[in-house]
Amino acid sequence: MIDLHTYLGLSATGFILGVIGVVTRRNAIIVFMSIELMLNSVNLTLVAFSSFLGDATGQILVFFVMTVAAAEAAVGLAIIIALFRNKQTVNIDEINILKW
Amino acid sequence: MLTTLVPLIVLFPLAGFLFLGLLGTRIKNETVLGLIGSGTVGLSFLSAAWIFLSMLAWDAVDRSFSVELFPWIASFTGTPSSFSSSFAYRIDQLSILMTLVVTGVGFLIHVYSIGYMQGDRGFWRFFSYMNLFIVAMLNLVLADNFLLMFLGWEGVGLCSYLLIGFWYTRKFDVGGYKPGTAFTNDAAKKAFVVNRIGDVGFLLAMFLMFDRFGSLNFDSVFGAASVLSPGNVTVFWIALLLFVGATGKSAQIPLYVWLPDAMAGPTPVSALIHAATMVTAGIYMVARCSVLYALAPDVLTIVAIIGAATAVFAGTMGLVQNDIKKILAYSTVSQLGYMFLAMGVAAFGAGIFHLMTHAFFKALLFLGSGAVIHAMHEEQDIQKMGGLKGAMPVTFWTFLIGALAISGIPPLSGFFSKDEILWKAFSSDYGSPILWFVGAGGAALTALYMFRLVTLTFEGESRYDTRALHPHEAPKTMTVPLIILAVFSVIGGFVGIPESLLGSNALEHWLEPVFRPANAKLALHPHDPELIEYVLMAVSVSLAAAGITAGRTLYLKRKDLVEQLQALFVRTYKVLWNKYYVDEVYDAVFVRPTVRLSESLLWRGFDVGVIDGLVNGSAAVTAKLGQWLRRIQTGVAQVYATVFLGGILLVLTWLLFR
Amino acid sequence: MTVETIVFVILAVLFVGSAIMVITRRSPVLAVLYLILNFFSLAGLYLTLQAQFIAVIQILVYAGAIMVLFLFVIMLLNLRDEERLTEKISVRKMIGVGLSAAVLLQVLYVLGFSGSDLPVRDVARAEELGSVESIGKALFTDFLFPFEVTSIVLIVAIVGAVILAKKKLD
Repeated sequence: MIDLHTYLGLSATGFILGVIGVVTRRNAIIVFMSIELMLNSVNLTLVAFSSFLGDATGQILVFFVMTVAAAEAAVGLAIIIALFRNKQTVNIDEINILKW
Repeated sequence: MLTTLVPLIVLFPLAGFLFLGLLGTRIKNETVLGLIGSGTVGLSFLSAAWIFLSMLAWDAVDRSFSVELFPWIASFTGTPSSFSSSFAYRIDQLSILMTLVVTGVGFLIHVYSIGYMQGDRGFWRFFSYMNLFIVAMLNLVLADNFLLMFLGWEGVGLCSYLLIGFWYTRKFDVGGYKPGTAFTNDAAKKAFVVNRIGDVGFLLAMFLMFDRFGSLNFDSVFGAASVLSPGNVTVFWIALLLFVGATGKSAQIPLYVWLPDAMAGPTPVSALIHAATMVTAGIYMVARCSVLYALAPDVLTIVAIIGAATAVFAGTMGLVQNDIKKILAYSTVSQLGYMFLAMGVAAFGAGIFHLMTHAFFKALLFLGSGAVIHAMHEEQDIQKMGGLKGAMPVTFWTFLIGALAISGIPPLSGFFSKDEILWKAFSSDYGSPILWFVGAGGAALTALYMFRLVTLTFEGESRYDTRALHPHEAPKTMTVPLIILAVFSVIGGFVGIPESLLGSNALEHWLEPVFRPANAKLALHPHDPELIEYVLMAVSVSLAAAGITAGRTLYLKRKDLVEQLQALFVRTYKVLWNKYYVDEVYDAVFVRPTVRLSESLLWRGFDVGVIDGLVNGSAAVTAKLGQWLRRIQTGVAQVYATVFLGGILLVLTWLLFR
Repeated sequence: MTVETIVFVILAVLFVGSAIMVITRRSPVLAVLYLILNFFSLAGLYLTLQAQFIAVIQILVYAGAIMVLFLFVIMLLNLRDEERLTEKISVRKMIGVGLSAAVLLQVLYVLGFSGSDLPVRDVARAEELGSVESIGKALFTDFLFPFEVTSIVLIVAIVGAVILAKKKLD
């Protein structure tokens, strides 16, 4: 029997891997994928709690997270397309005009 | 019934002001505007007259009452430092008399203005200002407390400012050997600033009253003061500071300098504000505070000396001026000096009496001069007039009556009031023969300069271009007020015929209840008619007659003598012509140092250095800090995410190891 | 070791391994493929928790729809040059990795020290909860309003995506 800790630890590991992806990668699409990774790790936490506590709310929340993730993916990818069209790059080091 | 009538006195002109001020520009018909402007004042006069007539039938004790319109200011109620002041009007023998003078003379001048201001671009503006002035002046005389009085006091000052600078595009001659001209606005500003100096005195007096007596209500202040012993230092300062206010408003030494320049305004303004009403506010205020002055005999002496000095000083300056209105202005200053002389010798009733008669004949003289200026197409130099008698008989005769009245020729009104003052200056416990002597000398001067004015203006040869200029009599709206005022200048004195001339001195008895507390404090000794009184009367009348004769002879037949005199006393003449260089001295002593100080220290030093320095300095510090801090904003989202992560770590650490 | 444990270990290793591959691949296409693998392993983990509905949705929506969208965009942008985007090791990145590791350690530390009074899993109850029936009931009764709101969110997202991706705003 796998206990709750194991699931939570696994989820935390996945989440932190996503964070590392976000703070280190230069390719905007991969950064974006790392965000998806973080979202999914959180989903695992929610499902684990739902299952262990016997409450459906966690799984409902996962459902909503997925909906939002879908919307976010659509908008985010549209932004990347627009960005690429203007700057011919997806390197986020070069996308730094939002300052001063 | 009567208590509802009291606020109406003020509300009529107020309604006129609001109507004309807000809608006047849309009304093109001058007749309508003039009717509204003068009609509201007329209604106000009728209300006051009704109250006056009712008062005549009452007992003396009932004649004084106050009407509270609404509570005005109430702060810190229930605490020791509480202050309250209500918007209350006081009707008594003194205030109703002043109200009648203000609204009565004011009404006539309003009617006159319809003719005088005909065709002026600012016709509606003029009448709205005039109505506002009447409102403020009535507030001043009807007020039941010092604060409300001060509201009126400042209000008349404002209207004076607005009306002196009414023709703001015009220039005027400042007189003296400076032919350079100044804008009317400069005269308005001068009047405003000089008045402000006096107002500081008034304000300080009010602060002192509130500090010592805890109230600004007339009854409370006078009641609290009257328990103090005469010569008390508090009362001394209150009375002196109030008198400083009065010297500003009533153009006495040393603050008289604004009044001659104030003649830059339209002539009806000079008649109403700068002769008949506003400038007498100081007299009224001193009379109203007679109790305080009775408790400060030293201040009374100061008042008397200032008054007598001003009377002569201004008279000498009037002697050599050539501007018709300037002469009348110096005459006004001089006559106000007489009134203060009366106040100073504790002859409050006589001062108010002269105030009333002066309002009639000085308004008459100013309106007459306005008619002349009108006929001469804005020419004010009497050296360029002459021989107007035939062209404008009504103006001439009424002007002559006014001149005789101011000179003190019996039985015209000026004789009774001036003689009353002179007699009191001689006989009162606070008077002295010196004061009488100065006053009588001033009376001779008055006669001299008035008849110099009359002779040069109306008699002799015409000194203007008779082919280009055809003077004609003024329209009815202007002559009718002149005639009415002339009638009052003749009969106005009959209300105050002294006992020595078998009169009843009705006015003095009417005012007596108002001044009774003051007179009781002063413990005056009444004088029965004596031989000396008749002698002095004869002397002053003959002095006036001598002045008249001298004026007529010198300026009509013996012009050569005038020139010889001018050559003989060339230095004196120059000093007089330059008004004793007082303006120059003030300019050098007060104005220039102030300007220089303001420029170098306050502007360049404090404003630019300290204020701007602080503002710009803090801006510079912020900018530098921002320059440095903005480096944090790299624009790279990943840096923000990293910092975010550091924040998470800190929060978690705190949660774990707290 | 029970079967269950073995299955879990395999899925967990797959999950972490594919995640590491996602964040280390230079080619975005490869990263997407590893991410899909990650999602499949996650779906398996959901199944070990008896959340059948969520597991199916995970594959349908994430692995199916969203990842296809990613791939589509990558292909569309034709990122040949971008594939050679070299990753430089910088101080900032080191700090980022260090901080992330510290946070992970803290979380694991907390988990390692938490007590023995953990909730015990009722498998039958979990099975019942994870069914389509139970989730559907909850969605259309208690969570009806948020459920309807998601439709607005999706509409807005669609409109926003269209507007953003248009060539020129007019």
